[in-house]
Amino acid sequence: MILTNVGSVPGKNIVEHFGIVQGSTVRAKHLGRDLMAGLKNLVGGELKGYTELLQDARSEAMQRMSTQAEQMGANAVVNIRFATSSVAQGAAELFAYGTAVRVE
Amino acid sequence: MTATILHNLDLFIFLILLLCGYIVGSLSERRHYRSIEARERALLRLAVVTAEGRFDPYQVKDAFLVNGSVVISTDYFKRLLAILRNIFGGRVKAYESLVDRARREAILRMKEQARAGGAQMIVNLRLETATIGRSANRKKQVGSVEAMAYGTAVVIERQ
Repeated sequence: MILTNVGSVPGKNIVEHFGIVQGSTVRAKHLGRDLMAGLKNLVGGELKGYTELLQDARSEAMQRMSTQAEQMGANAVVNIRFATSSVAQGAAELFAYGTAVRVE
Repeated sequence: MTATILHNLDLFIFLILLLCGYIVGSLSERRHYRSIEARERALLRLAVVTAEGRFDPYQVKDAFLVNGSVVISTDYFKRLLAILRNIFGGRVKAYESLVDRARREAILRMKEQARAGGAQMIVNLRLETATIGRSANRKKQVGSVEAMAYGTAVVIERQ
């Protein structure tokens, strides 16, 4: 599965369009991470727990998007965009969407 | 003496936190900036553009999505400065450097990923922010920033 965020796959031609595919996941942080982040908030710096959490969530969203594209018979997803929204306190929804295509 | 300290325990804890936040916070910020600058110099040759590039089909060997993200929080001292700033308004310098660091770090991580994949350039860079820290801690005034950078890394065939 080729993933790009430009309108086409550089170096390849799009031969078929399948429409929009998307994947999303809602993640909440757990208490331990929150506690560590609270401590880290005193001195500043990177909150590694949150970075990992968001990174995991994003790759899961992308994975779901790719699965959907695969089911359609596509071999690439172009024009991928990421977006986030907060559905509830302490939980964030991360989603990825793009256009499933077949390239040659 | 002990009685005075015990009497003003709240104040003392506050001052200790403030001092600790100021010292460790500025040290870590300076160290982070040094590391950012060194890595930016090392990755200077890897071009990043926000435009969608047009490539000759025979030139491109591979193209793939790369992303980098980071969550950075500010320290206790700077948070207090920012709260005070809220009263008078104006430039919040304490947060400017925070956002700047987060964005540059995210871009650097993305570039490192592209370098690992053997790419020569990244096209269509986009920057995004997430809100997991902010939404949960609105009351606690937590100043944390989540920055994410993503783009398409392109591996160019050398003739």
